Amino acid sequence: MSRYLAGRIGQAIPVLFGVTLITFLLTHIALGDPVRAMMGQRADPEVMARIRTEYGLDKPVWDRYTLYMAKVLVGDLGYSYRQDRPVTDVVAERLPATVRLAVAAMLVAMVLGLAAGTIAAMRHNTLWDLCMMILSLLGISTPVFWLGMMLILFFAVWLGWFPISGYGDGAFRHLVLPALTLGALQAGYIARMTRSALLEVLRQEYIRTARAKGLREGVVILKHGLRNGILPVLTLAGIGLGDLLVGAPLTETVFGWPGLGRLLVAAVGNRDLPVVMGATLLFALIYLGANLLVDLGYALVDPRVRLLKR
Amino acid sequence: MSPVSERRASRPYTVEFLRRWSRRPAITLGSIILLLFTVAALLSPLLSPYDPYQIPEGLAAVSLLSPRPGHWFGTDLLGRDLLSRILSGARVSLLVGVVVELVVTPIGVAIGLFAGYFGGRIDSVLMRITDAVMAFPGLVLAIALTAVLERSGLLSVIVVLAAVRWTTVARIVRGQVLSLREAEYITAISALGAGKGRIIFRHLLPNCLAVILVAMSFGVASNILSEAGLSFLGLGVQPPTVSWGSLLAEGIVYLTVKPWLCIFPGLAITCAVLGFHVLGDGLRDILDPRLRS
Repeated sequence: MSRYLAGRIGQAIPVLFGVTLITFLLTHIALGDPVRAMMGQRADPEVMARIRTEYGLDKPVWDRYTLYMAKVLVGDLGYSYRQDRPVTDVVAERLPATVRLAVAAMLVAMVLGLAAGTIAAMRHNTLWDLCMMILSLLGISTPVFWLGMMLILFFAVWLGWFPISGYGDGAFRHLVLPALTLGALQAGYIARMTRSALLEVLRQEYIRTARAKGLREGVVILKHGLRNGILPVLTLAGIGLGDLLVGAPLTETVFGWPGLGRLLVAAVGNRDLPVVMGATLLFALIYLGANLLVDLGYALVDPRVRLLKR
Repeated sequence: MSPVSERRASRPYTVEFLRRWSRRPAITLGSIILLLFTVAALLSPLLSPYDPYQIPEGLAAVSLLSPRPGHWFGTDLLGRDLLSRILSGARVSLLVGVVVELVVTPIGVAIGLFAGYFGGRIDSVLMRITDAVMAFPGLVLAIALTAVLERSGLLSVIVVLAAVRWTTVARIVRGQVLSLREAEYITAISALGAGKGRIIFRHLLPNCLAVILVAMSFGVASNILSEAGLSFLGLGVQPPTVSWGSLLAEGIVYLTVKPWLCIFPGLAITCAVLGFHVLGDGLRDILDPRLRS
């Protein structure tokens, strides 16, 4: 296990290197001049030159990358042009809200997706199956932000069950609609995967054996079927976390959620590049970290993975 | 293999393809939806009941009208007919979706073919780059890229999405080539002395066409959603150009009081994306050799 662990972490290192290289290059090939953007058109050239030196913007690209990496490794993501404080502080402040939303959305996606997929597979080729598959197709075809608006309209404006937007100091009521919005897309994917994985498993002989020995259908499906069918679904769900994070900037904008995504969008508007790249890098780190966890969990549950990849 | 026997071998396949197509109502449904959208987008200047950009005279009387005969989808703050604006937005949204896919497919296919066929160092370098790009949630990287570009507009949306979206096709094609590379017929052809170029373009590429076609269909759907997202955030097409995403950005201000401004553009996006998904699903069912008995 420890060798698998080391190998898997070893794989992540070149990707991490590539990720920082991309954020660095993006910051430094920026066509817009951040100093001019910050100071305005009539800025004093001398002051601008001094700021460039201060931020290290006058050095050659390679030197700046080495400097950048050295800083990133100790958690220094630079200084926000707009907020005049370290990017690490700005980003860290927004991280909990996004993590909270993402975890809640993933739960929504797993519960709804597994349930819909199982129902569809159990009632294969019936009206139930069709309804579940149409629902999941709608889930993956609806733009997240529009789904958010429609949920606001229905559950907040017309029914008044939930608040329209805002973080509400972390109250559960405020979390429900954003989590549903962000989770719907993944729920659709998970439902489709669960259905096909389960249909595959249900064709196996041990399922016939289980039925033949008189087990109830529910036990056959849940204990023998889903347990074997769920592993590939779980891995794909881990990869799907990346897709889930895609929706974060949009969902957070619709619901006025004070997370990383909204920070990113606002920073793009302000041309606050250090914050843009800091938030982008953090998104990538969350994604890589989640995938690593899923892979490790998978290896823990299924010994075949460890043997195969050695 | 002589050209004659190749042609003969391919004919039953086409027949088989059409036969399978006709047996799937879903794929027909998907095609019809897409055909309707394409026609609506192409003929939008003729179909639009009003000018989508012109602010009408007597503005106060036509501002923010609810849906009614004459204005079936209502009007916006400046009295412009929403149906006409959605038809005009269809051109931009579909154009971006298709053009981005046409740009990224050759890039992704080339990378996937070379990485998969040559393997070794070329493969690991290309795949590490792909991994690094894929490590960013797609839209997040696209948003970061718009911060780097000087101005946002139609062209920048296409560039930004293309920069992010080539990875999917590259991965899929590489996987397909890896499994085909070891196939006996490839060994046979190279034993007969076929060059690398001939193997790649005459034998590997045609065998990847099925997966490429399916990936393109899902890709366009994904591009339409991404464009809508970028324009919704104000980072996509800029006024006066209209896309479905920018219509929603205008509409969200009135969500609680004039909901139709949000409902109809979103329905348009959902239907178009749904069409491409249904088509992709259907194509995959038809083309997947494992399902071919």
